[in-house]
Amino acid sequence: MPKLSDSNRQVSSTNIVEAHDLTAAYKNTVVWREATFTIGKGEFVAVLGPNGAGKTTLFRLLLGLLQPVSGRLELFGSRPRRGHGLVGYVPQRRPIDSEMHIEAAELVRLGLYGKKLGYLSATQSKQAEDAVAKALAQVDAETLGAKPLGTLSGGELQRIFLAQALVGQPQLLMLDEPFANLDIRREAQLASLVSKIVREQQISVLLITHDLNPLLPFLDRVIYVANGQVASGKPSDVITTKALSKLYGAPVEVLRDSRGRVAVLGTEEAVHHA
Amino acid sequence: MRSLFASLTSTSFSLNLWSDLQNMWQYEFMRHAFMAGTIVAVVAGVVGYFVVLRRLSFAAHALSHAGFAGAAGAVLIGISPLYGLLAFTIGGGLAMGALGKRAMNRDVQIGTVLAFMLGLGVLFISLYTGYATEAYSILFGEILGISQTDVIVTLIAGALVLLVMGLFYHPLLFTSLDEDVAEAKGVPVLGLGLLFMFILAVTTSISVQVVGVLLIFALLVTPAAIAERLATRPKNGVLISVAVALAATWIGLFTSFYLPYPVSFFIITLVFTLYIIVRLWKPSAVRIEE
Repeated sequence: MPKLSDSNRQVSSTNIVEAHDLTAAYKNTVVWREATFTIGKGEFVAVLGPNGAGKTTLFRLLLGLLQPVSGRLELFGSRPRRGHGLVGYVPQRRPIDSEMHIEAAELVRLGLYGKKLGYLSATQSKQAEDAVAKALAQVDAETLGAKPLGTLSGGELQRIFLAQALVGQPQLLMLDEPFANLDIRREAQLASLVSKIVREQQISVLLITHDLNPLLPFLDRVIYVANGQVASGKPSDVITTKALSKLYGAPVEVLRDSRGRVAVLGTEEAVHHA
Repeated sequence: MRSLFASLTSTSFSLNLWSDLQNMWQYEFMRHAFMAGTIVAVVAGVVGYFVVLRRLSFAAHALSHAGFAGAAGAVLIGISPLYGLLAFTIGGGLAMGALGKRAMNRDVQIGTVLAFMLGLGVLFISLYTGYATEAYSILFGEILGISQTDVIVTLIAGALVLLVMGLFYHPLLFTSLDEDVAEAKGVPVLGLGLLFMFILAVTTSISVQVVGVLLIFALLVTPAAIAERLATRPKNGVLISVAVALAATWIGLFTSFYLPYPVSFFIITLVFTLYIIVRLWKPSAVRIEE
C-alpha cells in the first residue's frame, strides 16, 4: 500500500471529520488500526476497499454505533453520537417488499419526525410537508412522493433514500454502496445528482463504493481501507493501476484517454460488484 | 352451547333494526359482548396494522398459542383465563422481542416453541376435569360469556395499549419501515421491539376472548392486511384497519344473536370476504422500471 503524505490535510476549522490514530475493533478482533485522516467541508470523498476490509465499520464509528478502541475521532468538533442532526445517512439496502403500499413521501417524512413522541401539531405537519416536498425536489423525485414504495425501481428508491437523508438539512452525507443494483446509466445519473447537491449546498459526502467510474469526474479525495489500514489521498495518487491493484489484491487497470478522462477496469472475479 | 342462544333468548329478527338492537341489548351478556368487542376491535385494528407492517403475523399466531397454554392453565387452577393469557403471551412476547426483529422472522424456531405451547395447553385441558367447552371457548372465542370484570380488565388493557401506541407512533413506524436508518438516527430499536411485543401480547390476550386462539388473525391481521392494500398513508391505514375490525365485530355479534352460529365464524367470514374483494379490486402493485 503506498504511503501517502499528509499534504492534503486541511486547516482544522474547515474539517468536519478528524481521525487521529483511530483503531476499530469488534470485541477482540481489530478491523483496522491507527487511521489518521480528515474530511473537509464540501469535500466529495469515496471510500474504497475490498469486501470485509472495514468500510462499513468506518461508517459505524462515524454514526456513533460503534466506539473506537483507541485514538481520537471527531465529527463537527465532538465525539460522534447516534442521531447527530448534521449527518444524513443512506445505508446499504435490501430491496423493498413489492407489497409495500405506503407512499414514498412517508419514508422521507420519517427522516424528519421518525424520533418524535406523540402527535405532530398542525404547524409541525405543515413544516414537514414543505420540507419533504423540498427534499423530493432536490433529488428530482417530485412525482414519486405519492407512489407506493413497492412500485419504485432501484434507481427511484435510491433517490427517495437520498431525499430522506437530505430532509434534515445535513452537513455530511454518508452513502453506503448507493450504486449497488443500478445499471450504468442510473449510476451516472445518481452520481451527478449527488455531486450537484454537494456543490449547491456545500455538503460533504462520504460514499462507499466498489465502482469508481461514475464518480471520477466529481471526486475530491479517496479514503481506502485494506489490509487492516486506512489511508487517504488525492484521486490522482490513488487511482493508478499500481495502487488499486495492490488495494484489491487483484489486477485492476486504470486507463487515461486522450482527453484526460480516466476509466477503471477490473476483472469481475476480483472486484466484487455487489 | 352457542347455538342455544337463539332459542334461549326466544327472540326473532324483525325488519325494524332499532327494535332489534334494543331487543338484543336488554340482555346483559350482549351488552358485555358489545363493550368488550368494541374495545378489542379498536385495539386490534391499531396494533394489527403494525403487525402487518413489521411482517410479524406468524409471531402473533405463535403468541396466541402460548396464550392457549396460559388460558388452559388458568382454568385448571380456577382463575379467569384472561390472566393466564396475559401471563403467557407477555412472557412469550418479551422472549421473542429480546431476540430482535430478524430472529423473529425465523419461522422454524417460532414454530417449534408454538407446538410445545399447544402441547402444554392440551395437557392442562386434559388435567382439568370440568367441561370440554372451556377448551372450545379458548380455541374459538367465547365473547357471549364475558363477565363485567373481564370488560373492565379489557378496557384498562386496551386504554394502556392505545396510549402507548399513540405516544410511540412515529418511532414505531420508523423502525417498522426503515430499521437501519432509525437506529443510526438514535431510535432505540431493540427497546421499541420489546415494547411492541409487550403491546402485541396484551392485544392478543384480549382478542382471544372474542375470536379465540385459532382465529386470532380475524382481528389482528386480516383487517390490517385489507387496510395496508387500500391506504398509502399509515394514518389512513390505521383508521381503515380499525373500521374493518369494528364493522366485522358489530355485524358478527348482531348476526350471531339472531342466527344459531358462533360470532367468530361471522367475524372471520366478513373480513375474509372483504379481503378477497380488495385483492381482486386492487391487485398487487407492479414494479415498473423507469
